[in-house]
Amino acid sequence: MAEAHNLQDLQHQAALASKVYVQRDYNSGTICRFQTKFPSELESRVDRQQFEETMQTLNNLYAEAEKIGGKSYLEGCLACMTAYTIFLCMETHYEKVLKKIARFIKEQNEKIYAPLGLLLTDPIERGLRVVEITIFEDRSISSGR
Amino acid sequence: MLQLGVAEPMRECEYSQISTRSSTPMETPYKKRTPKKRKWQAFPGRNKFYCNGRIMMARQTGVFYLTLVLILITSGLFFTFDCPFLSVQLTPAIPVIGGVLFVFVLGTLFRTSFSDPGVLPRATPDEAADLERQIDVANGSSSGYRPPPRTKEVVINGQTVKLKYCFTCKIFRPPRASHCSLCDNCVERFDHHCPWVGNCVGKRNYRFFYMFILSLSFLTIFIFAFVITHVILRSHRQGFLNALKDTPASVLEVVVCFFSVWSIVGLSGFHTYLISSNQTTNEDIKGSWSSKRGKDNYNPYSHGNIFTNCCAALCGPLPPSLIDRRGFVQSDTPQPTPPTNGITMYGSTQSQSHMAAATPLMQSEPVILTDEASLPGRTSLGGPCSGALPLGGQPTPPTSTPNLSCDNGMLPTRNDHSEAHHHFLTPEEAPSPPGMLPCGSPLGHSHTIQGFYNPASQDSLHEDSVRGLVKLSSV
Repeated sequence: MAEAHNLQDLQHQAALASKVYVQRDYNSGTICRFQTKFPSELESRVDRQQFEETMQTLNNLYAEAEKIGGKSYLEGCLACMTAYTIFLCMETHYEKVLKKIARFIKEQNEKIYAPLGLLLTDPIERGLRVVEITIFEDRSISSGR
Repeated sequence: MLQLGVAEPMRECEYSQISTRSSTPMETPYKKRTPKKRKWQAFPGRNKFYCNGRIMMARQTGVFYLTLVLILITSGLFFTFDCPFLSVQLTPAIPVIGGVLFVFVLGTLFRTSFSDPGVLPRATPDEAADLERQIDVANGSSSGYRPPPRTKEVVINGQTVKLKYCFTCKIFRPPRASHCSLCDNCVERFDHHCPWVGNCVGKRNYRFFYMFILSLSFLTIFIFAFVITHVILRSHRQGFLNALKDTPASVLEVVVCFFSVWSIVGLSGFHTYLISSNQTTNEDIKGSWSSKRGKDNYNPYSHGNIFTNCCAALCGPLPPSLIDRRGFVQSDTPQPTPPTNGITMYGSTQSQSHMAAATPLMQSEPVILTDEASLPGRTSLGGPCSGALPLGGQPTPPTSTPNLSCDNGMLPTRNDHSEAHHHFLTPEEAPSPPGMLPCGSPLGHSHTIQGFYNPASQDSLHEDSVRGLVKLSSV
């Protein structure tokens, strides 16, 4: 039981994390797009303009990944003709853009959100359902758990 | 067990390895003790995986093997018995074209059967809890066992589309997605579950499926035509009956092809229509976009013309798999507890009696509950556990069992002392019905764990997930 008390203390000290979820916006159909509405929980944490800009860039990147145009058709036809074995050597366009998105999120986290105690999770890790924003609040000095 | 169940919910979270395995100090990374598991091994749906997660199929694969056998035998007989004669008598191009078609058919079949159709991964417990909260706020407090059906309406391209909430996956399904009851997964752009290919047909493998049935139609017609030609040519020399005696295999081939042609060519035609109008089988059967429903009813997903629709379906970008099958489970938490524990924790409430007995221990330490209570559905339940993870790392993964025991401790106390706990609840918590939020997370855990261990108990799970949405006190 004494150990339980110590655990309580540790828990008090550990950073409190809560999560905000930005859901998908299906108004444009099935393409991947996230709502740009500013969540109320972030009011005090981050600049509205900044957040909306991040979301808009993210949406643009996903739109780029899913764009149906000459280039994607060419890739599709080439893949079909090589019985999709070409993807053993080459990445699909979508995968390339996903990597770009991962880099973008990492950069945004490092530059803007981490200093504010926030963390954006790459939507691909949540099955492209939500953008998960973790809010960290340090209660006291974290004892390095 | 009494003590462990309730008295030390947090302890369970942090030292859960102690209770289930040997004693291990908190500092030792769990990774060293348990082998790294791949995500496919902890996949909650009813799928089978082969080649270490590279291949993904439905549970019932018997009919797939039948398809494969039929194709192989018919083609094999064709190449062995008919091609030698035909290549000499007519042209060697026949076996060549036949060979190309055959390879294409097999390639597309395997690609359809073995790939991820577009499964949507289930919501993490935190997400599920967040959604529950939002829904409750929208609905007002819901009492009674079954909350009203959850739907969201969205306007796409001028058409109102209803998004349904999936109770199993705890998500609002994207438009055109559907939950396959055979595979127990939500699949994007769900077309149908095809037993012949042993997999669902969805966004990611629809083009392969289409090319499979199209090429199979060509192959069937090809074999049918040339086997008949073979028999006719032979009959000219030897007479019909003698010809049949010389090539008995041809009879079998003709019979198989004759019956296949009707169904497969018919299916190809049907899917060609679906592709050109950008509909799924599901939508067509339900008549979602049929003009019979209303004058203004049209398909909002169609690109307008047949050519664009076909190109988009067949040559559009191939989305990546959303379920990372071969990735490693980010688990700093130990292996899940054995299935029996998991089931009894949520399936039965008889455990509540001994939980209740242990509650006095909790009462003496209300502070713990405050912390737990103040972050429901968030990482609090996984808080102490995920504290072990580097901050900013993955939140508690679905297979983390310790939360089960944590929550097990939480649930009965909330029920028994719901009023007392209200005092401790932060304002954010107040609107949510007590006992629900913690239920959200553990159910997420138990769900995946149960799915991992005992897919047959999905029904009880489904029931539990519904139950879990209301106060357990009435259960």
